[in-house]
Amino acid sequence: MRGKKENKGAEGVLMRKERRYFYLFISPWLIGFFLLTIGPMLYSFYGALCDWDGMSTPQFIGLDNYVRTIGSNQDFRRALINTFVYAVFSVPTSMIFALFLAFLLNKKHRGAGIFQALFYFPSVAAGTAVYMVWIWLFNAETGVFNYLLSLIGIEGPRWLSSAEWAMPSLIIMNLTFCGQAMLIFLAGLKQVPMTYYEAAEIDGASEWQKFVNITLPMISPVVLLNTIMGIISAFQIFNQPFIMTNGGPMKATYMYGMLIYDTAFYFLRFGEAAAQSWILCILLMALSMVVMKLMNRKTVYEL
Amino acid sequence: MKKKRTMRKVMESVVWYVVVGVLSILFVLPFIWMLSTAFKTAPQCVDYPPTFIPRPVTLRAFKEVFSISPILTYIRNSIVIVALNILGTLVSCSLVAYGFARFRCRENNFWFTVLLSTMMIPGFTLLIPQFSLYTRLGWVNTILPLTLPAFLATNAFSVFILRQFFMSFPRELDEAARLDGCSYMGVLVRILLPNSKTSMFVVALFCFVGVWNDFFAPMIYLNDMEKYTLAVGLVMLKASQGATLDMGPMMAGALLAVIPTFFLYLTCQKYFVQGVVTSGLKG
Repeated sequence: MRGKKENKGAEGVLMRKERRYFYLFISPWLIGFFLLTIGPMLYSFYGALCDWDGMSTPQFIGLDNYVRTIGSNQDFRRALINTFVYAVFSVPTSMIFALFLAFLLNKKHRGAGIFQALFYFPSVAAGTAVYMVWIWLFNAETGVFNYLLSLIGIEGPRWLSSAEWAMPSLIIMNLTFCGQAMLIFLAGLKQVPMTYYEAAEIDGASEWQKFVNITLPMISPVVLLNTIMGIISAFQIFNQPFIMTNGGPMKATYMYGMLIYDTAFYFLRFGEAAAQSWILCILLMALSMVVMKLMNRKTVYEL
Repeated sequence: MKKKRTMRKVMESVVWYVVVGVLSILFVLPFIWMLSTAFKTAPQCVDYPPTFIPRPVTLRAFKEVFSISPILTYIRNSIVIVALNILGTLVSCSLVAYGFARFRCRENNFWFTVLLSTMMIPGFTLLIPQFSLYTRLGWVNTILPLTLPAFLATNAFSVFILRQFFMSFPRELDEAARLDGCSYMGVLVRILLPNSKTSMFVVALFCFVGVWNDFFAPMIYLNDMEKYTLAVGLVMLKASQGATLDMGPMMAGALLAVIPTFFLYLTCQKYFVQGVVTSGLKG
């Protein structure tokens, strides 16, 4: 800071001017933030305490919506358990898979770039069109998966049309959308100094020891961030079960997002849906905090 | 000794190619299946065991899908919504990112933390009140709920990328321009933006992919069939197809939805990777 003392007056004017311009330039976001984020959140907080159908004026009823949802809504329990199961299995599997792919791609082999492109593409293209194909791949009678399994003498499961296999099917499909995490891990791996590995090699460390003692601690902040983002998005899964199984069979893939959707747009109980969405929000905040605490102990923050 | 080592190297290589090769089948299979089925005849589509090479190659699935659903309308609607989102995002996010990157004041960090933390708010928490807001405004069944938010820099990720990039420019550049009588807006438009084409492109790409593939918002806000986007239209097409085993038309529609993404990916893979890495590592 040059000449701070002598120019205090001039600097003050400049600072005020800078602040004015700061608010001027960020005003589009500020407007959006108040009108589309904070405003609606406050309104939904109030709405959750009301009898409200989304159209007419909400009538204050206290905590009834929360009591009704938690106490007597069978679908709430179902959806919460399903979503937990999905998150508990899909987040670690796709993180480990992404880490494994990144680890493979980090080996200097010819064509690694092409494989990287192949592994990343599904997560870019993920959407309705891709889910459609998976429905057919999973088809129990004519699907490609069961055909391939039959070639090696295995009678495939009924995938999406069986209550036991519908959830694992979604989790398997989710593995192919791990490309983003894979790229981030790969970039993290490339930042680990080679000298660390060389030193470990001199000490006679095995590949596995190097991975556990050098690689994992070095990239742990990246893994932490991705795990939290992964949990947040896993708890909000909607499109895949909505399009592929419609929550079935027998509500085996009925997720929390579908519960909120049905409560609001099918039963027109906006108040209760708002309460459900707040339960989700609080749950996610608590979970993120727990994950951060748990992983922080093992995290090295100097990358 | 030396021979043993090269043997080990070769073995390692072989194992690597086998593992990576088998894994890539899982990733590529859906797209191969989509591509091949879209060009099959109806009898070949229901054939068992399934075959991968269409014989003969035919466009009948495309003809059918165009006749049973207004695919072209869906595509046009998608393009309009995507274009407006890209425009809105580029304009608003570069203004906001410039504000965060260049103007010093005490609250700068505070607001930036707030901006980043909005990424953690579950969409479902905002859905209910936003829907009732748009209902009251009479915007449901128009494209306004799907496009207007983009003009208010609601995409924190884009603001973040652009801010990082603006901050990598030396401030002296701005100051020199200011001394030459350039306004603050002029600094952004004449100095920063012309030098940020890559970052702007990355933001536009992610905006394209996100909006083009989005199913939830258009499904919630659009009611008339002629207003549907392609992502929603495909699901409606599947519903109208019922239990038919002839998936040709479905796959033809799906292929049309994936092709633009595929070509963008093919030509701009580098930028996709860059976007993911800057947001993921420094976040």
